[in-house]
Amino acid sequence: MTEAAPNGAAMLEIRALRARVAGNEILRGIDLTVRRGEVHAIMGPNGSGKSTLAQVLAGRDTFEVTGGEVIYEGRNLLAMPPEERAREGIFLGFQYPVEIPGVSNMYLLKAGLNAIRRHRGLEELDAIDFLALVKQKMSLVQMEEALMNRSVNEGFSGGEKKRNEILQMAVLDPKLAVLDETDSGLDIDALRVVADGINALRGSDRAMILVTHYQRMLGYVVPDRVHVLSGGRILMSGGKELALELESRGYSWLEKDPAAGAARSTVQGGILR
Amino acid sequence: MNGTNPISELAEREYRYGFVTDIESETIPRGLNERIIHLISEKKQEPGFLLQWRLRSYRHWLTMKEPTWAKVHYPPIDYQNIIYFSAPKQRAGPASLDDVDPELLKTYEKLGIPLREREALAGIAVDAVFDSVSVATTFKEKLAEMGIIFCSFSEAVREHPELVQRYLGSVVPATDNFFACLNSAVFSDGSFCYIPKGVRCPMELSTYFRINAADTGQFERTLIVADEGATVSYLEGCTAPRRDENQLHAAVVELVALDNATIKYSTVQNWYPGDREGKGGIYNFVTKRGKCAGTNSKISWTQVETGSAITWKYPSCILLGDNSVGEFYSVALTNNYQQADTGTKMIHIGKNTRSTILSKGISAGHGQNTYRGAVKILKGAAGARNYSQCDSLLLGDQCEAHTFPYVEVCNASSQLEHEASTSRIGEDQLFYCRQRGLSQEDAVGLIVNGFCREVFRELPMEFAVEAQKLLGVSLEGSVG
Repeated sequence: MTEAAPNGAAMLEIRALRARVAGNEILRGIDLTVRRGEVHAIMGPNGSGKSTLAQVLAGRDTFEVTGGEVIYEGRNLLAMPPEERAREGIFLGFQYPVEIPGVSNMYLLKAGLNAIRRHRGLEELDAIDFLALVKQKMSLVQMEEALMNRSVNEGFSGGEKKRNEILQMAVLDPKLAVLDETDSGLDIDALRVVADGINALRGSDRAMILVTHYQRMLGYVVPDRVHVLSGGRILMSGGKELALELESRGYSWLEKDPAAGAARSTVQGGILR
Repeated sequence: MNGTNPISELAEREYRYGFVTDIESETIPRGLNERIIHLISEKKQEPGFLLQWRLRSYRHWLTMKEPTWAKVHYPPIDYQNIIYFSAPKQRAGPASLDDVDPELLKTYEKLGIPLREREALAGIAVDAVFDSVSVATTFKEKLAEMGIIFCSFSEAVREHPELVQRYLGSVVPATDNFFACLNSAVFSDGSFCYIPKGVRCPMELSTYFRINAADTGQFERTLIVADEGATVSYLEGCTAPRRDENQLHAAVVELVALDNATIKYSTVQNWYPGDREGKGGIYNFVTKRGKCAGTNSKISWTQVETGSAITWKYPSCILLGDNSVGEFYSVALTNNYQQADTGTKMIHIGKNTRSTILSKGISAGHGQNTYRGAVKILKGAAGARNYSQCDSLLLGDQCEAHTFPYVEVCNASSQLEHEASTSRIGEDQLFYCRQRGLSQEDAVGLIVNGFCREVFRELPMEFAVEAQKLLGVSLEGSVG
């Protein structure tokens, strides 16, 4: 990779990544480069491998990586256990945040933050400083304080769960946030709140990968790059306009005529940006 | 001990309390017969009624058979190969802590139980039982000012024989069961506590049991009496050295609550559980029972059982007084080859008696975890109510969880509810926690602690913290 980096050095480089689950190959050679400060959207039809990609990046071992490599900040990401990836600054916003009965939301977040801080050689936050930090971040996603003292995601509405994910991201302050269908299951008001939260966290040091099925989220969080994933491969990449085109023409347009995608992909930078 | 990094504690793979104190002890010959019982009684300079009680118990015990109904397996115990009395050598009944062997004080400090009062946690009075005898009781004078008696059982026999004679065996009769009967014959020491009428005990009382000598059994008795309107919270902790042989611990605890009295009894049991292959460990065969003798009385048991090779234990409540309340909150964890058969009995006799059972069983490794509980509503118990909830959590695929709830209802006006669940620790929960930066083991600890939270919140604060750490350590390496 000797080509000049438009926005500085690559943070994440995915090369020819292949992965399978229960014998089915889901990712069939993914290439993707994400630079500091960039927001990438990954779109695609159901079953295209979007969520698999997100989970493989976070280190979920239900997926078996069968080929390729992922370099994150100059290191081999695939060799790290999930907690090390988290501590090194990778955050996954879950599509279906899991419930953990009896464990307070506040407690989990504090334990996570302090594990990350220890890893980075920072002092752990005590209860008072942590509370102050959380309160400050809660306003980002308009979250009620009561939710912090409830068990993790237990009895949360769909919108509350997603807001909670964004809050966690805000507190944990990742370098690379992978948000897996954070927009799904949100009504329009909640979508706006979540999108505002994400926008507030955009920055020149942070990269984001937004995995989404629909364009509507991208109306609020405008990506730098859009990639279309289908059948475990990136069929096409482009600028933010690509999302609108997909919305109007559907994914079938690409799947029927992959050549269109391939062709487009070669000229992407100049035309669509 | 406090304030240490939980991570480094987790990294400590071995049982932390497995050391042996090098101290000269006085033991009696191995085996059990009437001569041995005379000897124990003589050593303790007991009054005649107690010797007679012991002998009657022993003679009855000879006619009994060891119970086999529990879901636990162990090779036959040779009762003639046990030493029934062992005491650290010192002048009988130390008058103050200055008379206590410094090695002993050091032992308790190592265990995190400072006995020096100026160093002790404010608000907890401790009775330390080492092998067969009580070696120190703290804050005695302060409690005595309020009329509270808190001392070793031996001292109670000497100083308050009338109370002992009146209540000993009144809840767990000498002949109650095989192990209680054995205890009645050979018990050596334990704690005694009496809270007078209308007194609310201002501090937590606690007994800390330590087995040190090899080949000995520990047979202690605890007797707590809360007189009318009295309130007391009592804690019990236990540890033992790491040894390859199994050791028997057959204790009896009796609680008596008179009218409007409340007793809260909390246990954090961490006897040596045996090694990873199941070698060694304590057989914890214990009878605990409370009698709500008076109206509006209340007895609440909370136990966190993480130690012992085998636990056989059913802290129970006899709800005799009208409107009396019985509670049982339990966390039992079995890892490696540990076996636990534990639960409770709630016997409703009085009118409008209420009971709550909340049991959380955690099995890991090859652990066998059984909840066994009985709820009996007798004929006169009009309006009685019980709520039972038994949850099991499985870690790994070699462990087992079993639930045996027995219900017997003889009064149609009663209401009973029973809920039970069995779940496996979720891969998705673990991944979620790890994605937030927690190590695999911290994630397991967090989820398990969450599973137990309803029970932990019944524990006094310091014990709750201790119990959480203990679970983490006990689960070390159980998921991988």
